Amino acid sequence: MFKVIRDLLRYNREFLAGFTLTALVLVFAALHFWTPYPGYNLYLLPPDMPPSSEYWFGTTSRGQDVVWQLSEAVWNTMSFGLTVTILSRVIAISVGMVSGYLGGRTDRVLMSINDTFIALPNIPILLLVYFVLREQMTWPLLAVCAALLGWTYDSRLIRSVSLSLRTREFTRHGVFSGMSTWRILWKEHLPYVLPIIFFTAMNNLIWAISLEVTLSVLGFTDINRPTIGGMIYWANQHQAIISGIWWWIAFPILSIVILFLGLFMLAMSVNEYVDPRSRLDRMGGAA
Amino acid sequence: MNTLTAYILRRLGQFVFVIFTGVTLAFLITNLSPVDPVEQSLTQLTSFGASDPRAVELMRESLAELYGLQGNLFEQYVNFWGRVLRADFGPSLSAFPTPVITLIANAAPWTIGLLVTSILITFVLGNLIGALAGYFRRSRFLKVLGMVIMTINPIPHYFIGLILLIFLGFVFPIFPISGGAQMNRPSGFDLGYVLSVLYHGFLPALSLVLAGLGGWFIGMRSLVSNVVTDDHVLYAELAGVKGRKIFSQYVARNAMLPQMTGLAMQLGQIFGGTVIVEFLFNYPGMGRLLIQGIYRGDYSLVLGVTTISIFAVAFAVLLIDILYPLIDPRVKLG
Repeated sequence: MFKVIRDLLRYNREFLAGFTLTALVLVFAALHFWTPYPGYNLYLLPPDMPPSSEYWFGTTSRGQDVVWQLSEAVWNTMSFGLTVTILSRVIAISVGMVSGYLGGRTDRVLMSINDTFIALPNIPILLLVYFVLREQMTWPLLAVCAALLGWTYDSRLIRSVSLSLRTREFTRHGVFSGMSTWRILWKEHLPYVLPIIFFTAMNNLIWAISLEVTLSVLGFTDINRPTIGGMIYWANQHQAIISGIWWWIAFPILSIVILFLGLFMLAMSVNEYVDPRSRLDRMGGAA
Repeated sequence: MNTLTAYILRRLGQFVFVIFTGVTLAFLITNLSPVDPVEQSLTQLTSFGASDPRAVELMRESLAELYGLQGNLFEQYVNFWGRVLRADFGPSLSAFPTPVITLIANAAPWTIGLLVTSILITFVLGNLIGALAGYFRRSRFLKVLGMVIMTINPIPHYFIGLILLIFLGFVFPIFPISGGAQMNRPSGFDLGYVLSVLYHGFLPALSLVLAGLGGWFIGMRSLVSNVVTDDHVLYAELAGVKGRKIFSQYVARNAMLPQMTGLAMQLGQIFGGTVIVEFLFNYPGMGRLLIQGIYRGDYSLVLGVTTISIFAVAFAVLLIDILYPLIDPRVKLG
């Protein structure tokens, strides 16, 4: 595993770039543990200061330092995204692998449920959940709801890999030597499915974070907890664009763009790593 | 029964299942939540003044009747289905006494127009560029173009819209930033009105196109670069079939099939993006209606828009699925 990552870092420029960008954002987010102004404390600093040597990213109209707030916001947004990704991976992997391995009726039923959830529009349903819960909508609850809606696309992908593993020689060996279904899935198939899981996890992380950003930009999450979308929500509330406080909006957007680019490059390079044809192409061989 | 009929019946079954799950989900979310919509609306109404206890009691009863919250859970569920099938969600509270369905009917054409236009442009453009990039893999221009598209790809709808809005709406005020058409212009089918609609729809549509392009591009490029190495393409090349024909008939057409399925699977997501973009540009469609309904605490409006959008997306998916045999003859032949 570590050897693979080391090789990827050494030989794959995209992976290196993605890794660096993501790590950069993560380090920046981790800095919030040393923040001098935790949370959404208001009017501690002079409001509307442009970026300077004292306030690197400027201050908001609410008298907060953008650097420190953004650091905490990125952390909170990341932890939301990771929670959704981990929860939805559990569903996607179980459904995808079981469906692909067992086939037949189980496969049809599971994929029918899968296709149903794919066809449901997520945003209106999540908005409805927020609407009926209002203040009781906490971020872990939102993460669970998002995870329940966000596994479908990936479980289809995992199923297709699992489907091809099913007819392979070693699976038959496993069955004939009396391995239980769970053991085959866990010990034999999971290692083959892992790269595609990593690929879908990156994409799912991007999806979950942009979902969180979208909902909090609209003010539909806990607006007193710093998040990237939440910062833009408050900037909009204070008409930051019109009054020219560009740094209040620009830096959160920049952080999201850098983070997403990083994650996206990681996902793409791992996808290439998985697909030997494009690897050959990269090396200049005939595909 | 031939395979085509079986295919269509299976799709219809899936459609019914989606509608059933969606409506049940909407019902469960609204009914099992700890927040009582009647009490919530009452708080909102009484906070504006009127708080005569008898009037409040009367209002509570009529609201419960309006929301179909009488009887036990099962009766409410059956009742809810009746209302959904009659498309009767009661009057909107924030635009009283206009029925919710009228508000939705006024907003739907805007959303459908924006969605259909942007999906068509995105799908055709993304697949075309993707197919070219997969076919002519040595082209430097296509590589650079691909890099630009892929850089934009992961940025969420809201940010793409916001960046466009700041640059093309505020810094260089070329395009209008709000509304669906010029105000005070009578809506009709004359040239001026149509132009105004296109002019106002440009930025929202551009945001959706930019946000969606990358997905089709990446998918199509990798599909085409796989199909290119297939035996039938090599054979066609050896048989001297013209390059243009190989590209369009042998390669692109085959690679299109998974993309069509992908389109059906992505519709729900694309609709979600439209909700956000509409709100950002104050575009008079269903997304803005939904978000305004939430801000104003309009229970029947929010429930109505959610249910109708579940129906609409499921119907659009069904439509794509039924059109699918037209481009994939294997479904017909079995």
